[in-house]
Amino acid sequence: MSWTFFHKLGSPKWFYEISGKLMPWIAAFSLLALVVGSVWGLVFAPQDYQQGNSFRIIYIHVPAAILAQSCYMMLAVAGVVGLVWRMKLADVALQCAAPIGAWMTFVALITGSIWGKPTWGTYWEWDARLTSMLILLFLYFGIIALRMAISNRDTAAKATSVMAIVGVINIPIIKYSVDWWNTLHQPATFTITEKPAMPPEMWLPLLVMVLAFYGLFTLNLFMRMRLEILKREHKTRWVRDALENNS
Amino acid sequence: MGSVLWQLLRREWQLTWRRPGEVLNPLVFFAMVITLFPLAVGPEPALLQRMASGVIWVAALLATLLSLDGLFRSDFEDGSLEQWVLSPHPLTLLVLVKVLHHWLMCGVMLVLLTPVLGMMLALPWSVIPVLCATLLLGTAVLSLLGAIGAALTVGLKGGGSMLLALLILPLYIPVLILGTGAMDAALQGLPVQGYLLWLGCLAVLALSLAPLAIAAGLRIGVSE
Repeated sequence: MSWTFFHKLGSPKWFYEISGKLMPWIAAFSLLALVVGSVWGLVFAPQDYQQGNSFRIIYIHVPAAILAQSCYMMLAVAGVVGLVWRMKLADVALQCAAPIGAWMTFVALITGSIWGKPTWGTYWEWDARLTSMLILLFLYFGIIALRMAISNRDTAAKATSVMAIVGVINIPIIKYSVDWWNTLHQPATFTITEKPAMPPEMWLPLLVMVLAFYGLFTLNLFMRMRLEILKREHKTRWVRDALENNS
Repeated sequence: MGSVLWQLLRREWQLTWRRPGEVLNPLVFFAMVITLFPLAVGPEPALLQRMASGVIWVAALLATLLSLDGLFRSDFEDGSLEQWVLSPHPLTLLVLVKVLHHWLMCGVMLVLLTPVLGMMLALPWSVIPVLCATLLLGTAVLSLLGAIGAALTVGLKGGGSMLLALLILPLYIPVLILGTGAMDAALQGLPVQGYLLWLGCLAVLALSLAPLAIAAGLRIGVSE
């Protein structure tokens, strides 16, 4: 098996060209999925028998929460790739994905607390999921702060990679300890996402929304990465050529 | 190899006793933070007893964190860290000795001070041994995890203590939960063995993985 394709992945020029070709497709797909998913979920999906219409925030909340977690996994994978194969592109991905992940965590927290008002009667409940999300947000802040504090780019790349890997090892431990703390300190409240057997009319639009969020995430990530690559490689000939052809 | 580690421990020991303030400061900080709480919420013994384990754990956590900030700094500034990286001995073991020494000087000292402070917060004598045992295991994890942050921020100019806190405090949460959980169980007369075993698990996990991350962090800091 030839490894050239793998090393090609690390070349900023190659990534810039390929991502440029892929982006319209990703944009079309995620826009379509977003429209279909939100109209389906907000208008056509049946009401919840207990929560009425308020459950519909699930179509924003759950995709954001899923993405917030998988984005942290992505940071750690990018960290491993960056540390092991010294791939500059992995560092670009890590740096660009961290703020998106933090935003997704923030969106999940905000929608979770808005959802909490009609279901729990309060905006903030020290529920295990919300608390773990809050801690995840702090982990993202740590990575972003570390990146901003180190001026040397290569050093910052390696340090954030190590921190992302340390964080990802700790996430399951934090998650289970918080779950367990929650059962210890309060009786299990009405959990919002664990529905016994959600009917397909409800979870199919959710699935579409999750795909839409992944598409938007990829699109946003590509845009940020392309900008970062242009900034980093602004002295090379291919960047000048690419920009001249564009204008 | 063993003699190198032993010499390193002795060097750290001697350095500490030439500047005893570095051992005393976290302890005084620990005692002062705990003193603030009765002043803030009132001295009723029932309330203090309810809060005692949380207050002691949070204070221990912050004291460890603050003392970790300078863990590698002087070695970084005088160049001995570079010698460690260049030496034929594995860096992971060298940093493990350094962290072990930190734990002896910070964690164990905090544990020795704890019975007095626990008594002042109206904890019954029967739960003090549990508190000390959880703190003994927990501070080892705190030192090991915190050293990762100290290693990653070692080369930063202008002190990275706030950054260190941002990086490391989220990772301290499981230890805090287990430590205070054990105390709650002990206060209610429930068995605490499970909590201690879990804390032991975390300590073993941190002991086996953290030195790798610390060494990686130091290599990054030195190479800058």
